[in-house]
Amino acid sequence: MREVAVIAFAQTVHTGHDAGLAEPELVGPLINEVRERTGLREFGFTCSGSCDYLAGAPFSFVSALDAIGAWPPISESHVEMDAAWALYEAWVRLQHGDVDTALVYGFGKSSQGDLREIMSVQLDPYYLAPLGLDQVSYAALQAAALGADRAELDAIVRRSRADGRANPCALDLPDPSEEEGPGVHPLRAYDAAPITDGAAAIVLAAGERARELCERPAWITGIAHRIEPHYLGMRDLAASASAADAARAAGVGKGPVDVAELHAQFSHEEIILRRALELPDGTAVNPSGGPLAANPVMATGLIRIGEAASRITEGRAARAVAHAASGPCLQHNLVAVLEG
Amino acid sequence: MGNRCAVVGVGQTKYQTKRQDVSIAGLVREAALRALEDAGLTFGDIDAVVIGKAPDLFEGVMMPEAYLADALGAAGKPMMRVHTAGSVGGSTALVGASLIQAGVHDRVLVVAFEKQSESNATWALSTHPPFNASLVVGAGGYFAPHIREYIRRTGAPGHIGTLVAVKDRLNALKNPYAHLKIPGIDRAMVESTPMLWEPIRYLETCPSSDGACAMVLSSEAKVSGTPAWVHGAAMRSEAMSRAGRDTVSPQAGKDCAADVYRQAGIADPRRDLDVAEVYVPFSWYEPMWLENLGFAAEGEGWKLTESGATALDGDIPWNASGGVLSSNPIGASGLIRFAEAALQVRGMAGEHQVDGARRALGHAYGGGAQFFAMWIVGSDKP
Repeated sequence: MREVAVIAFAQTVHTGHDAGLAEPELVGPLINEVRERTGLREFGFTCSGSCDYLAGAPFSFVSALDAIGAWPPISESHVEMDAAWALYEAWVRLQHGDVDTALVYGFGKSSQGDLREIMSVQLDPYYLAPLGLDQVSYAALQAAALGADRAELDAIVRRSRADGRANPCALDLPDPSEEEGPGVHPLRAYDAAPITDGAAAIVLAAGERARELCERPAWITGIAHRIEPHYLGMRDLAASASAADAARAAGVGKGPVDVAELHAQFSHEEIILRRALELPDGTAVNPSGGPLAANPVMATGLIRIGEAASRITEGRAARAVAHAASGPCLQHNLVAVLEG
Repeated sequence: MGNRCAVVGVGQTKYQTKRQDVSIAGLVREAALRALEDAGLTFGDIDAVVIGKAPDLFEGVMMPEAYLADALGAAGKPMMRVHTAGSVGGSTALVGASLIQAGVHDRVLVVAFEKQSESNATWALSTHPPFNASLVVGAGGYFAPHIREYIRRTGAPGHIGTLVAVKDRLNALKNPYAHLKIPGIDRAMVESTPMLWEPIRYLETCPSSDGACAMVLSSEAKVSGTPAWVHGAAMRSEAMSRAGRDTVSPQAGKDCAADVYRQAGIADPRRDLDVAEVYVPFSWYEPMWLENLGFAAEGEGWKLTESGATALDGDIPWNASGGVLSSNPIGASGLIRFAEAALQVRGMAGEHQVDGARRALGHAYGGGAQFFAMWIVGSDKP
């Protein structure tokens, strides 16, 4: 495959409330930032990820296109998925060999609606949605199937929030406390990623172009994704076969892993993903704070790739793994390996 | 363009107002199984699945690829969901082709659908994001002023739209999958129907359909059966609210066509192509796109329509299948254009086959006439 690298990453200072900015206003400054950092004005391909249901209106990506200033007209596409899949589409497009750079972005404002209920609209509309399970309830089913240790879950949340407080873009969340509410057994309220508004952008470049534009590109040496059956009863909820398959296809086990950024929106998902990706004990997991410290839905997966790449670009890691998830209970998983 | 890619299977459902006999999963599976049967393959032969549809609010199922993974045999494989407004069907084919052109996969199943009867598309189109102005006009209300501007610029006579409405519905009578079948349709019948959005009359607009379309795309090494080779593929988008953008003949459409013609070595589309399947949801978009796509000089598109050149027996048939005016499962409508182009160059279009078609254009557009997806397929290996 053609060598492709992350050469720039930008994200908003995420907020736990509606800060009064429309989606294009979240995205616009990030596009300017990565343009400035790379010196690129135009990109060979552009791809974004967003979800209409967060805004409660069709075509939420159309106004974002206004923000990036698509003139003259650009070669562009959009996935109604986390923008990590937009990055995958861009990586595929760069393999053709006729273009050398790509812009990827994603955005979401989950403050605008009831995210827990909105996420249940992605269930099978005939057999699952009418059961009335919201997002936290089906996550709790998975946590129960895993039989996760409470102390381990608490430690994951405590570590993530502490790391988040050290990350200027993540939320400032206190140590977890029972006062935050009961949650759905066996999950507590703090086991769920917080409601967050935000956006992120990444620039990819191929081969020599990447070396020209970036001192230390984060090369994508493997990237793959897999989906599983939708119905929870068809899966072993305590494991993630699709994350394990994607990790094997991406070559996670071919070398040491200094850092792993995992798209775990509930504390128990981190345990499942660590096992599925067969991460060594020494791997630093979610040093950015991860989704439990900032979860701008539809950008969260892309941010995992950006955070992992930043560790490489800044020379703080030699080999990093990034993961993104979609669908109920980790139905769909994407894994990327980044190297310096 | 990368590695060679070919269409080796096409599957369509019958398009109709309500498919109450199947779920959404049943609908997409019906198209997928037909495409696999055409290719002589099974789900086991497929490496990845790409699915496209227009806004999720149309059925009320968010990110439905999660729910549809099982029905499309995607479990254990990569699956992508594309959404680029009305052009999405075309974009879905292009994303699928891109996976093969990149050398990532050998066989990709692409599927697009809309089951409009599950919800209400005009409601879904009329809501608007917070902090944004709402047009509350639906698609017809949005595009009618652009058509009036086209007529003002070109001085086209008022009956041109009627000619397209009749021609496409006569073609639909030859297509077993078409939704609208109106035997005996003529100008008088179209002109007797109510004016919806001036100058668009009831029979000059597309229907609301349930339906799905699927294609199996293959790498050169794994080609089976009768291939339609991809000679060119391109997408272009432009910002909706840019001041000074020409919404009647958008630059993104011109650029996309120029890109795809360059890849396929097309110097004069009217002469070098044998048939075109172009996204014409309102009758007047035929003359408008004839100009935008370079089949006619600026201001001359309506003359080509009037001359009969775009009829099934004309020198450059447009929408031999009956087009979007005859079947409109919105998210699938673009993929149907791409699939019908492939059927023509495979010689498998049945009664609406254009004799000896060797090169065909598939076209889709969406948003405020700002998203474009096009491909050119041919019977010969590029």
